[in-house]
Amino acid sequence: MENLINIFIRSIFVDNMVFAYFLGMCSYLAVSKTVKTSTGLGIAVIFVMGITVPVNFLLNKYVLLPGALSWLDPSFATLDLSFLSFIMFIAVIASMVQLVEMIVEKYSPSLYSSLGIFLPLIAVNCAILGGSLFMQEREYSTLGEATTFGLGSGIGWFLAIISIAAIREKLKYSDIPRPLRGLGIAFILTGLMGIAFMTFMGIKL
Amino acid sequence: MGKSSEKEPLFSAKNLKLITEPLDSKNPITVLVLGICSALAVTAKLKPAIVMAISVTVVTAFSNLIISMMRKSIPTRIRIIVQLVVIATLVILVDLILKAYVPDVSKQLSVFVGLIITNCIIMGRLEAFALGNRPWPSFLDGIGNGLGYGLILIIVAFFRELLGSGTLLGYQVIPADFFVKNGGFYENNGLMILPPMALITLGIIIWIQRSRNKKLLEE
Repeated sequence: MENLINIFIRSIFVDNMVFAYFLGMCSYLAVSKTVKTSTGLGIAVIFVMGITVPVNFLLNKYVLLPGALSWLDPSFATLDLSFLSFIMFIAVIASMVQLVEMIVEKYSPSLYSSLGIFLPLIAVNCAILGGSLFMQEREYSTLGEATTFGLGSGIGWFLAIISIAAIREKLKYSDIPRPLRGLGIAFILTGLMGIAFMTFMGIKL
Repeated sequence: MGKSSEKEPLFSAKNLKLITEPLDSKNPITVLVLGICSALAVTAKLKPAIVMAISVTVVTAFSNLIISMMRKSIPTRIRIIVQLVVIATLVILVDLILKAYVPDVSKQLSVFVGLIITNCIIMGRLEAFALGNRPWPSFLDGIGNGLGYGLILIIVAFFRELLGSGTLLGYQVIPADFFVKNGGFYENNGLMILPPMALITLGIIIWIQRSRNKKLLEE
């Protein structure tokens, strides 16, 4: 249990997807103009990550790792399919995103129309694939750990996009040099927030 | 390709523009805001940045070429999946080649080679260009955008490695005698190695580019 809380806190604050690894920056910069749409996108990301990371964990453990297929037949014990992991992970992610898109379209048409093009683009949101790849690289041992990591990373991303959106709403009233307006200042702000998040470094529960 | 080369030379002014425009006024990173995800994480040192730039250029160019050749036979509804499969296959090839020939750099890049799949530049160029153009211009467009991406990567990595470690490509550039520990006056700026400085460096690059090119200003 302690271990799970540790992973959870680490993935939200210390290894934050946006501030520590710059993952999912494209939609992070493009959708963060208002808090409302960012909330919607953030929740969609938490949801998709919470599902895809555990699914990919099972896929990795029982299909892709060297010798993982031995549960099927002992003769597969030497088979190593890990070179297929990119293609398998992205297929899982693309289909999950399709699923989320259908659910959102049915239950919240207003959210669907405000998210517009960015919902299908979650499929190519680096944070989602990054979550699965980090899960594989860090070799989490149980399903619980992988799920906690997925949810935590999603929440970390959510936190990041909400805070930058709130700051950008206020920024409309500031007097910024013209060439720096828009994209430039958003980058510098993200950098400053990243420095702030670095204070969490080394925290261990 | 046959038809287009009859009508116009392979490197006509229009085709050359496809390569030069993404370097400045249509730069994928600083103007179109594509592919930032991987752009920043690999720029602490110059060498991984160069390897990354080459990998992305190769993947963009060839995925553009392949999708453009198949563009008439792909049903619109499932095009995203088809595109992802083409990109993922190319990225697996690049990943295996890197692992075989430059294992140390491949380790430094860690998951970021895999993340080329979700690099928005590639998807963006496929959607915006390759689906509606002939293979040869698409190929050039892919190379141009890969180079535009690489250019920014290399500029950021140059400053981060120079100011952060005092080296370039691993060679000592700032003389060792200058350092405080050797009785000199100079100290490396350790902050430059840390991830947030990549964002701030990029912010400053955008600032400089936009103050030179007024067309790019935002409201």
